[in-house]
Amino acid sequence: MISQALIKDFEALLGKENVFSSEADRQSYSYDSAVLRPVVPALVVRPTNTEQLGLCVKKLYDNGIPMTVRGAGTNLSGGTIPDNSDTVVILTNGLTRILEINVNDLYAVVEPGVVTADFAAAVAKKNLFYPPDPGSQAVSTIGGNIAENAGGLRGLKYGVTKDYLMGIEFFDATGEIVKSGSRTVKCVTGYNLTGMIAQSEGTLGVISQAILKLVPPPKASKALVAVFDDLQNAAEAVAGIIAAHVVPCTLEFLDNNTIVRVDDFTKAGLPRQAAAMLLIEVDGHPAQVEDDAAAVERVLKDNKATEVLVPKDAAEKFKLWEARRMALPVLARCRPTTVLEDATVPRSQIPAMMKAINDIAAKYKLEVGTFGHAGDGNLHPTFLCDKRDHNEYARVEEAIDELFDVAIKLQGTLSGEHGIGTAKAKWMEKETSRGTILFSQRLRRALDPKGLLNASKLVGI
Amino acid sequence: MNNLHQLAQRLMALDDRITACMKCGLCQAVCPMFGATGMEADVARGKLALISNLAHEMIQDPEAVADKLGRCLLCGSCQASCPPGVKIMDVFMEAREVVNAYIGLHPVKKMVFRTLLAKPGLFNFAMRVGAPMQGLIFKDSKDTQGTVCAPMLNFMLGDRHIRPLAKTPLHVRHGSINERCPAGGIKVAFYPGCMGDKMYVDMAEACLKVLRHHKVAVYMPTGLACCGIPALSSGDVEGMMKQMKVNLDLLSQTMFDYLVTPCGSCTATIKEYWPHYAQRMGGAAVGQAREIAAKTMDINAFLVEVLKVQAVEAAANAHKVTFHDSCHLKKSLGVAAQPRTVIGANPAYKVTEMAEADRCCGCGGSFNLFHYDHSRKIGQRKRNNVVDSGAEIVATGCPACMMQLEDVLSHNGDAVKVKHPVEIYAEML
Ligand SMILES: Cc1cc2nc3c(=O)[nH]c(=O)nc-3n(C[C@H](O)[C@H](O)[C@H](O)COP(=O)(O)OP(=O)(O)OC[C@H]3O[C@@H](n4cnc5c(N)ncnc54)[C@H](O)[C@@H]3O)c2cc1C
Ligand code: SF4
Ligand code: SF4
Repeated sequence: MISQALIKDFEALLGKENVFSSEADRQSYSYDSAVLRPVVPALVVRPTNTEQLGLCVKKLYDNGIPMTVRGAGTNLSGGTIPDNSDTVVILTNGLTRILEINVNDLYAVVEPGVVTADFAAAVAKKNLFYPPDPGSQAVSTIGGNIAENAGGLRGLKYGVTKDYLMGIEFFDATGEIVKSGSRTVKCVTGYNLTGMIAQSEGTLGVISQAILKLVPPPKASKALVAVFDDLQNAAEAVAGIIAAHVVPCTLEFLDNNTIVRVDDFTKAGLPRQAAAMLLIEVDGHPAQVEDDAAAVERVLKDNKATEVLVPKDAAEKFKLWEARRMALPVLARCRPTTVLEDATVPRSQIPAMMKAINDIAAKYKLEVGTFGHAGDGNLHPTFLCDKRDHNEYARVEEAIDELFDVAIKLQGTLSGEHGIGTAKAKWMEKETSRGTILFSQRLRRALDPKGLLNASKLVGI
Repeated sequence: MNNLHQLAQRLMALDDRITACMKCGLCQAVCPMFGATGMEADVARGKLALISNLAHEMIQDPEAVADKLGRCLLCGSCQASCPPGVKIMDVFMEAREVVNAYIGLHPVKKMVFRTLLAKPGLFNFAMRVGAPMQGLIFKDSKDTQGTVCAPMLNFMLGDRHIRPLAKTPLHVRHGSINERCPAGGIKVAFYPGCMGDKMYVDMAEACLKVLRHHKVAVYMPTGLACCGIPALSSGDVEGMMKQMKVNLDLLSQTMFDYLVTPCGSCTATIKEYWPHYAQRMGGAAVGQAREIAAKTMDINAFLVEVLKVQAVEAAANAHKVTFHDSCHLKKSLGVAAQPRTVIGANPAYKVTEMAEADRCCGCGGSFNLFHYDHSRKIGQRKRNNVVDSGAEIVATGCPACMMQLEDVLSHNGDAVKVKHPVEIYAEML
């Protein structure tokens, strides 16, 4: 229970309009995008400048109150669900300033609550490019992206959020400010705490500012779509493209069930018999793009693509890529609950992983549709179910257990980009080692002696 | 209905539709209310969760939930971009109805919806008594939009800059119209909507002028009531059905090919909600509402699709017009290209797009009355986009949006006029 006096303190610090204590308001911060049981926090506070953010953390630490930082609440692993009913949620959507976009030195400085797409648009206005583009970019925050090390469609060529993180400022559990990295390309001053904060899921500190790398935008791009009647051929085509020394910016994959479901919905006339579709985009210098596209087309044909389509213009590309854009929306419409996984395997293991996914779904009598980022082996098997049907949902949980076993056996990972949170914490040791868990817990305890920062997430504390 | 358990049980009827929400949070990007407050309880995901919690008896405070549900423009932006296509508007409407049945309708709303808007005679009388007195109360805002403000009534109207009521409403000017349709011709029922009848009479006149120009026979009976959306969005289904009944009776007296309105909200209500709620009334209303809904068209869509109005090349010195997509017009009815074509049909004007043309302007009908501060804040973003477009005129296909745009532009002292696309087209005829 949080005391009335503390609530008054927060109101004095942040203004009444930034302290939410009513039951209805608190209930709306009890969930995120993960399919998990909600937990209602004791209070929700919204600092509107970074100094207030630090004071909030300090006040909570001094009072021994658990805290969970929340950006847009779109993570898929429960990272923003409060640990217990004493938790105070700290919102970052009052911290939305883009402090600097430096076109000469190619970096930007932002507060944690800036929305990814707003930031990318502001950067694009200055004719620069911020590549990480998670599917949630229209609402996700930079703070959330950093804390989850979010990826996106451009991961294969451009990397993920951590590859753009040059420097960071964060408050440790006690409210002390910590700084690491800089505006320079090179910086070895002290430990690489910047790297440590990436994908820390709100367990090591509260990010208050980030320095992000920008790159020049590609001058041209070209898209291709290929259809395969055999998964193995599609996978070999993916390997072949990389072997031909072409690194597409996007290399997306749709499985048969996804194609059929999308076609049912859009009546777009997709190849319903196809085992897989690949959607590929190459970008860069115009001449290079032409060469790369020609090489990709050759590789696709060599690997028995039954059809290769090269859209003539942006409008045609938009139409062809509709299938990829509609994949999640369509799958999500099929059944009440959509469980979106992101087990990731080495590229060459995609056919093995796909076979395992479909076998497991059949074994547990579940429907699954799989799409994802073929270029980096990051698949999104999406289980369609109804969480209110306890029997069915139990089967989903068992299927996911088995899925992770396979991913680990194939030398892959539990999560390519959606994070561990509480959703996947129990599998951590299987992929890593007992020592990894203990080391991480000791690290946490040293940095957060009262165990207040998102305590139950990741490895626990 | 007086116990919470019963309330919860009634809400459980919505459970299937609420469970369809995958909690992706993507509605945050488009929700005007969330844009203004940044509060999760204001976005569809938050509201759906609260309704669900009330249904599952996890929250015991229906007033608080009703309050949250009221903080919504019912603009449908969330639904239009919701990946799993949750029927958010239906859930909100039905939840408002159930919750209001439990806590009771606000007494002012009750008076307005059940008495004033359902009894056109009384409404018209009140408005006519009111109109000549306006001079005493309202003061000219001295702006491009021709609005007035009401310092004396600040306590009630806030600092709104609104159009004065017309001295003579449309239906008084014209009386009942029922033109004969020549063989092979087209006959339409013209439904001006409350605002077209009483506030934006010039706009409604422009519509009649355009219809005459195209030799379309018009049916416009006196005695039409409100379409019912204000009552419905306040959860007053009974009030809405009363109004719909008056309209159905009048509109079923004469044969016509299309029912045409200049108001996106009226069109959407007639097409989507009349058939739905007529089911509850049963009897003749079911067939009447279905038939009328099928014939109902937004006037821009009618001009382009039926009368084949086309855009022409703009003159060299054409005035720049930017178009605001009203939520009902674009997101509910899918009408977006047609009004732009109607504007482009007049060579003296050309369309210049603004950023976020389809982002809600913040009016939201009676939302504006109860949450004026938020409404203004949302409107300011729209105003900035309008002004940044460099247009001299902003056009929109819904009188409620026109009112909102005039209010924000007037407050900012901007020299941008607000017009309906049909007014622009009518100028050249
Ligand atoms: C439809 C959909 C598509 C998605 N697509 C992708 C995708 O393509 N790639 C991908 O990687 N992810 C994707 N995601 C997952 C999710 O959007 C990302 O993880 C995103 O980075 C979360 O951002 P957020 O602002 O919502 O963070 P939140 O969910 O609010 O928070 C995520 C974590 O970060 C922590 N955190 C937030 N702010 C701070 C801060 N200032 N300091 C410290 N910790 C903080 C939180 O405590 C929490 O642990 C998708 C999700 C959805 C719903
Ligand atoms: S966009 Fe739709 S599914 Fe996603 S959170 Fe909003 S209402 Fe739910
Ligand atoms: S209808 Fe409009 S205001 Fe209401 S929740 Fe949806 S987007 Fe927000």
